[in-house]
Amino acid sequence: MSIVYALIGTLVFAVLGPVIGCLLAGLDRKITARMQGRVGPPLLQPYYDVRKLFGKERVSVNTTESAYVVAALVFALLAGGIFFSGGNLLMCVFVITLSSLFFIVAAYSSCSPYSEIGAHRETLQVMSYEPMIVLMTVVFYQASGSFDVSNLFNISIPIIGCTWLAFFGLLFVLTIKLRKSPFDLSMSHHAHQEIVRGMTTEMSGPTLAKIEIMHWCETVLFLGWIGMFFIWLNPLSLVLAIIVAVLVYFLEIWIDNNFARTKWQVMLGSAWFIALVCGGLNVIVLMFV
Amino acid sequence: MGYASKSPWVIHYDGSSCNGCDIEVLATLCPGFDAERFGVINTGNPKHADIFLVTGSVNERNIDVVKEIYDQMVEPKVVIACGICACTGGIFHDCYNVIGGVDKAIPVDVYAPGCAVRPEAIIDAVVQGIGILEEKAEALKASKRGA
Repeated sequence: MSIVYALIGTLVFAVLGPVIGCLLAGLDRKITARMQGRVGPPLLQPYYDVRKLFGKERVSVNTTESAYVVAALVFALLAGGIFFSGGNLLMCVFVITLSSLFFIVAAYSSCSPYSEIGAHRETLQVMSYEPMIVLMTVVFYQASGSFDVSNLFNISIPIIGCTWLAFFGLLFVLTIKLRKSPFDLSMSHHAHQEIVRGMTTEMSGPTLAKIEIMHWCETVLFLGWIGMFFIWLNPLSLVLAIIVAVLVYFLEIWIDNNFARTKWQVMLGSAWFIALVCGGLNVIVLMFV
Repeated sequence: MGYASKSPWVIHYDGSSCNGCDIEVLATLCPGFDAERFGVINTGNPKHADIFLVTGSVNERNIDVVKEIYDQMVEPKVVIACGICACTGGIFHDCYNVIGGVDKAIPVDVYAPGCAVRPEAIIDAVVQGIGILEEKAEALKASKRGA
């Protein structure tokens, strides 16, 4: 039965995820511009960009690249579907990681030095955030008694009470997952010059548009992870979860605008340190409490 | 208006300019003019760009580079020659290694003269370029439908 729910969820997410993600991306660019004292593009600018990219000529360095990108997009949609239909969080984490891996393989497949450096760096990013994400999933299980996200509506208090340490860890790696400024090593949204455009260097037109859509879906899914910490019996908690998710997104934009890019050593070291301290401690505490 | 005109991403290449026009092009893209209001993004990647801003004349050394960047850009695309050197060769037109304006290497759509070219002239040229980009996008769409 859960498979049917996940498939229905995926279909719904395939429509709503990109719409919400697109608006969030537009909001991001608008707020970023205001923080820099500019007017900024229209709210729907990311949508215009993607529509333009779909209208461009189809050019690719090889025939496999677009297949990998489509796989990455489909798995991102599936991960969103599993999560928002109340499915298994662990499965959701694995599927979204699979999506990242397909994206990395797509970047490697072009054999361009720039996108290869981007792919190397993205691999480091995955290595950086994955321990914390897995520990977050364990903490989620310990706190709610199940890996199922739908189970959150059966508990009497939100899990944030006993998982705030892991929540902080998730906040930290969220910047890496969203590829925001201190950690935008593999692919930057601001500077488009050669190396920092990284993974997407060889991707153009419709392929690049699919990457953008995948990024929108990822953003919505990750903010969903943030929101789930604040869900309990009360249906009104959904509103609270959305408010927290929006605030966290604003925090990410603020971080993005205020910190310079770090080296990968700093990213890997700090992310593992945070995972060990925040994730590890939280797991141990919940084990004995 | 189609979507091609709503998100023109530009790439800038300096041929053999004295850097006067380059500084003006970059000044046009700086936050003061806030070109992102119109969806303009300065890319460093020909594969992502729609509008090619070239400054300086074409010479024996850079003609291959100019052609390469143009070839890597994905249709529909527009070329804007920024500054008098890019238009005709300008003050350097009879130098021994200068071939001439950018149109000696690739088809140019809009000419923006000036020494150095003023930001207002560049913005004007980009607006005209967007119109041509739109026409080319329509033509590409029509040819796709026909094929």
